[in-house]
Amino acid sequence: MRKERDILVVDDEPVVTQAVERICTAEGLTVDSAYRGGAGLALLDERVYRLVVCDIMMAEVDGFAFLAEAAKKGVRTPIIMTTGYSTVENAVRSLSCGAIDFIAKPFTADELLGVVRRGLKYDEIMRETVPPAAARHAPACLAYVPCPAKYDRLGYVSWTVMEERGTALLGVSDLFLKTIGGPARIKLLDVDDEVFQGQTCASIGSSDGAEHPVMCPISGRVVAANSDAVADPAIVEKDPYFAGWLYRVLPTDPAADLPHLTSCSSDRM
Amino acid sequence: MFKQREVTKRIGFKLTAAVGLMTLLTIGVFAYFNIRSHNDSLLAEVERHASQLSDAVRSATEYDMLHNQREVVHESIKRMGRQPSIQRIRVMNKAGRVIYSSEAAEIGQMVDKNGESCYKCHSAGRPLERLEMTDRTRVFRLRSGGPRALAIINPIYNQQSCWTAACHAHSRSQTVLGVLDVTLTLAEVDKDIRRGETEMAVFALVAALSLSVIVAFFVRRWVDKPVEELLAATRHVAGGDLNYMIAEKRDDELGMLARSFNNMTQKLSDARLQLFQSDKMASLGRLAAGVAHEINNPLTGVLTYSSFLLKRTQNQPEIQEDLKVIVRETIRSREIVKSLLDFARQSVPKKTEVDMNQVVARALVVIENELGLKNVKVEKKLDPKAPKATADANQLQQVVINLVVNAADAMAPKGGTVTITTSALNLSPVGTTQIKNAVCPKRHSLIDNEVRIDGKPSVRLKARSEGNEGFVYLNPMYGMDGHHPGISYDVEKGVQFVCPECSTSLLVEGRSCPKCRAPLYAFEVPSKGFVEGCARKECSWQRWEAVDATGQREFVELSVRDTGCGIPKDLRAKIFEPFYSTKGQKGTGLGLSVLWGIVDNHNGTISVDSEVGVGTTFTVRIPSKA
Repeated sequence: MRKERDILVVDDEPVVTQAVERICTAEGLTVDSAYRGGAGLALLDERVYRLVVCDIMMAEVDGFAFLAEAAKKGVRTPIIMTTGYSTVENAVRSLSCGAIDFIAKPFTADELLGVVRRGLKYDEIMRETVPPAAARHAPACLAYVPCPAKYDRLGYVSWTVMEERGTALLGVSDLFLKTIGGPARIKLLDVDDEVFQGQTCASIGSSDGAEHPVMCPISGRVVAANSDAVADPAIVEKDPYFAGWLYRVLPTDPAADLPHLTSCSSDRM
Repeated sequence: MFKQREVTKRIGFKLTAAVGLMTLLTIGVFAYFNIRSHNDSLLAEVERHASQLSDAVRSATEYDMLHNQREVVHESIKRMGRQPSIQRIRVMNKAGRVIYSSEAAEIGQMVDKNGESCYKCHSAGRPLERLEMTDRTRVFRLRSGGPRALAIINPIYNQQSCWTAACHAHSRSQTVLGVLDVTLTLAEVDKDIRRGETEMAVFALVAALSLSVIVAFFVRRWVDKPVEELLAATRHVAGGDLNYMIAEKRDDELGMLARSFNNMTQKLSDARLQLFQSDKMASLGRLAAGVAHEINNPLTGVLTYSSFLLKRTQNQPEIQEDLKVIVRETIRSREIVKSLLDFARQSVPKKTEVDMNQVVARALVVIENELGLKNVKVEKKLDPKAPKATADANQLQQVVINLVVNAADAMAPKGGTVTITTSALNLSPVGTTQIKNAVCPKRHSLIDNEVRIDGKPSVRLKARSEGNEGFVYLNPMYGMDGHHPGISYDVEKGVQFVCPECSTSLLVEGRSCPKCRAPLYAFEVPSKGFVEGCARKECSWQRWEAVDATGQREFVELSVRDTGCGIPKDLRAKIFEPFYSTKGQKGTGLGLSVLWGIVDNHNGTISVDSEVGVGTTFTVRIPSKA
């Protein structure tokens, strides 16, 4: 039986790994550190982790290579990416490559804990819903999200669907809502604001007082924001894919955005 | 070097040589046949003459021969043989013995029947009795090196009187009794022929030479010179001088080549500029990425530990205050690094139809609170009829926010009023078109990247007046007031404008400024015609016909005016440079240079007008159709 630990943090900057260790240990979590991608992968062979926090820009094995290698090994531990070169491209690429979340450096202790808690919760949910037998065959790069066919999702966080009039509807996934423990408050942008794929487009507050940024699945101009959802966040929790939508947007360049998304139809195959 | 060494390889030489040779060949062939036919007719004439002479000799001696008066025949032939044109006259009998001859030594000698003079009749074995005229004559040289001679033989046929004559020398059965052989000298004819040949040769040479000279002249003028100019231009361009232009003064193919060369160079120059700019942006991007990565890691240490400490010390308010400052300032550093990344990633704007009034309204919503705190009132004078611009709404919003926040900062700490105006603007190209390239008649660039006026490279001329000389810098915006003289001069006392590099005069002869009668200068903007302007420092008259012809353009103008401290004149050119900041530790110094980049990306202009102590107005103009 392999030893079970909570978190593996992979970063070539000792100050970052130490900070993550310090903060997470204070929350009662067990943390291991690796300063190289290769060393991190070796630890994944030795031990079972509930969550990995991995830097993107590292020498030799970088963050994306780490993601690909972990997927090849059949590692099902959710991975959160982080980098000092925090571009939208890096965030979107991380999610489309199978990471469950992305946090830009530098971050505060609360921001880190927010992501870590969502990640641990995600792991918990996945262990409950996906039987271990299926889990062994399921590629780690594909998170199981029961969103409707024809929908596309950015990681497990948000979804979008093209409408007939050329507009697109977008919202958050039920899995994301479950990881934050149900929405207590929802903050949305105004009509006519621009949203960008991979950037924060909404903030959902959980009952413990934490704020959780929602990464936008598609770029465009907001033509409508769901005021019902703001008034009653429970709508989003009850019906996240239909009545609980967040925005209707006029997409700027869907052809460029869609390749970064995962089709929900493919989850059913 | 090139010219001297390879003369034989040049087009001009080859063409000239080819024309010369062709002329020589043509005249040579013509002359050859001409001389030949001339010779033939001369010879035929001589032959006719010889035949007549021969007949005359025969007739003259016939009587004496019939009467067997040999001495008389000898004497007659001797005398006739003294004629200068007659070489010799002889009569041979059938056996080949010389009976009579103008050369006494020959008499009695036998001639060889197979010899050259007898061959015609005797070659067939049995002698021929009748001969054609051409067969009777022969041309030969008596001695090698001597003059040619023409001999004609005249057979003496047997006649009744011959066998009935008293001497009964010949029997009746004989057909030919002997041969009269007259030889004429061809010395005169040969001289004639030689003279004709010489004349023809001289004529051919002179014709070939003069034709070659004429062809060489035109080839030099029409081919060599333009090709040399093109070659010189390619060398200039290869050497990196992309402002070099060839004078486009010809309408032929080489002129077209020159024009397309200029066009190519211009495009190359533009492309290089763009490449240079994108290269600069790319290296800035790499730099920013590196800086962001390097700084963000230590910042993570500071931010995580300080925010963690803040969480853990909630019951120690005296520490809390200090920690909050650390957290707040670290977050501010994070924003600065983020803006650096944004600057580096400044990509091609995503352009849509944008209503500037909406942009202003949205920008004000964003900064409402900040303006309230700074005690700044905003006065909006928005023109609902302002045209929509094809622009990136977010980037324009960034421009408005930056300008308004700058205005608010300029009025700190007591606050004031910011007036935001939008308006429609139909502008003639005057003041909105930048002179980005300028050359003297000898193609030296007049653009000075060191001295900038409102941030743009100026046009530099050299002025000479009353024995002084110095540079004059012109505002590169067409029609904008803008002599910035390095020397003082008075146009009334005479001033000369010349190219700083080659001192070629740039003054326009015979015309003067329509406004103030001062002299005019002119320089060329390659492929965009000429710009003329007034030499008087105080006069801003300029004319650029090529640009005037394009007509008016529609702009939307946004101006942001504050009642703040103003910007001293010497700082105005610098404010658009990256990392220039007057805010000390408050600003990041990227603001105005970023705005400049955005506006420039939209083919617009941004300018500043300021009076120290009164206020500053920033004006942005964006063309309604990009």
